[in-house]
Amino acid sequence: MRHDHVLTAKQFSRADIEAVLDRAADFDRPTGDTRHTDSLLGLLFFEPSTRTKMSFEAAIKRLGGDVLDMGSVDSSSVTKGESLADTVRVIEGYADALVLRHPQQGAAKMASEFVDVPVINAGDGAGHHPTQTLLDLYSIRENAGLDDLTIGIMGDLKYGRTVHSLAQALTNFDATQHFVSPESLALPPEVRYDLDEAGAAVEEHTELAGVLPELDVLYVTRIQRERFPDENEYRAVASAYGIDRSMLEDAKDDLSVMHPLPRVDEIDPAIDDTDHATYFDQAHNGVPVRMALLDSLL
Amino acid sequence: MTQDHELRVGKIRNGTVIDHVTGGQALTVLAILDIDGSGGEEISVGMNVPSDRLGRKDIVKVEGRELSQEEVDVLSLVAPDATINIVREYEVIEKHRVERPEEVVGVLTCPNANCITTAREPVDSRFSVLEDGVRCDYCGTLIREEFADHIGVE
Ligand SMILES: [Zn+2]
Repeated sequence: MRHDHVLTAKQFSRADIEAVLDRAADFDRPTGDTRHTDSLLGLLFFEPSTRTKMSFEAAIKRLGGDVLDMGSVDSSSVTKGESLADTVRVIEGYADALVLRHPQQGAAKMASEFVDVPVINAGDGAGHHPTQTLLDLYSIRENAGLDDLTIGIMGDLKYGRTVHSLAQALTNFDATQHFVSPESLALPPEVRYDLDEAGAAVEEHTELAGVLPELDVLYVTRIQRERFPDENEYRAVASAYGIDRSMLEDAKDDLSVMHPLPRVDEIDPAIDDTDHATYFDQAHNGVPVRMALLDSLL
Repeated sequence: MTQDHELRVGKIRNGTVIDHVTGGQALTVLAILDIDGSGGEEISVGMNVPSDRLGRKDIVKVEGRELSQEEVDVLSLVAPDATINIVREYEVIEKHRVERPEEVVGVLTCPNANCITTAREPVDSRFSVLEDGVRCDYCGTLIREEFADHIGVE
């Protein structure tokens, strides 16, 4: 795959995805490969995300390259009111590719229009998180395969950018997607529009119980406290969209439970040592997948 | 009958007559053209006049200004059936229908307050035109109706 920018999961074809996942499988074993010793990756994180940032850092270092880290937003020129367009045009001169995490939707797309180096969207507000999607797909392929897949996606589907990207990417495969959320956090109309356009098999639910027994994969996301004005309302919703060990008695034996992490209360830690728990492997897969992606871009 | 209503809103000497505008959309058409009268433009508007083709239609006449193709195309969002007559010395010298553009740049404001195009960045709004609405190229937000609410006012 050769893309100048990685902005949304919508840009991926099935062939693109499979090329990255195959390449990632090679990187999954230590290779001592240092093919990118001259490469510098610019990390521009306008909101904190330790894991995504460390995962990109690990990936480029394992390829022999290094990072240039803009640092935290409070210590940067951003607080002095510099535009994102200016920031990326300056950092472009220092780095071979830019990884951007930004609170506003469309930030990575806009940034890509101002620079000649590849821009990788590492999360833009409630928008997209395409590299998370690649590692999710890698994990799904390892655990359940990407065809004839029945997947449940549960939690905050409205603001969850990992959900939006994953749902779009899954339209490339023979997958039935069951979305489980409170009505107030259902899929936004633009994501639903894309799924309908792609002819995806989609069902929306407010409860997990009815659909759980059918699932090969259950992808759980965190419901954020700040989405609710009222603490009690939040607690009620959060507990209704979490899972514990007893609920999994109704699930297929080989159900894979995934989560983009960090989790709070959505997955009972008692599930961690069952065969269902896939989330830590999923997180580890971020490095080889991002290595494969960077290798194709640099 | 048509003659009658033409007369009601007056003939123009040089400029553009936008006819067969969807009933009630004349003010939106003016907003899209960024005409609010403050520039001294001479405008005649007929609203909800009877029309054989549309039942009720609006007519907008703009004296002294010929619309660009780009402006005309954007009108298609609110007035898909509009016809544009370019008038010189009281004669219609060109007549055309609006066509749906593939995209609309810098005209609409994205309704998503968290969209990068609404931030203080040097970027124009850009919407792709779909069958049944428009969609922000940056954040994906759909606008299907009430375009008038999203006309960008500088
Ligand atoms: Zn937008």
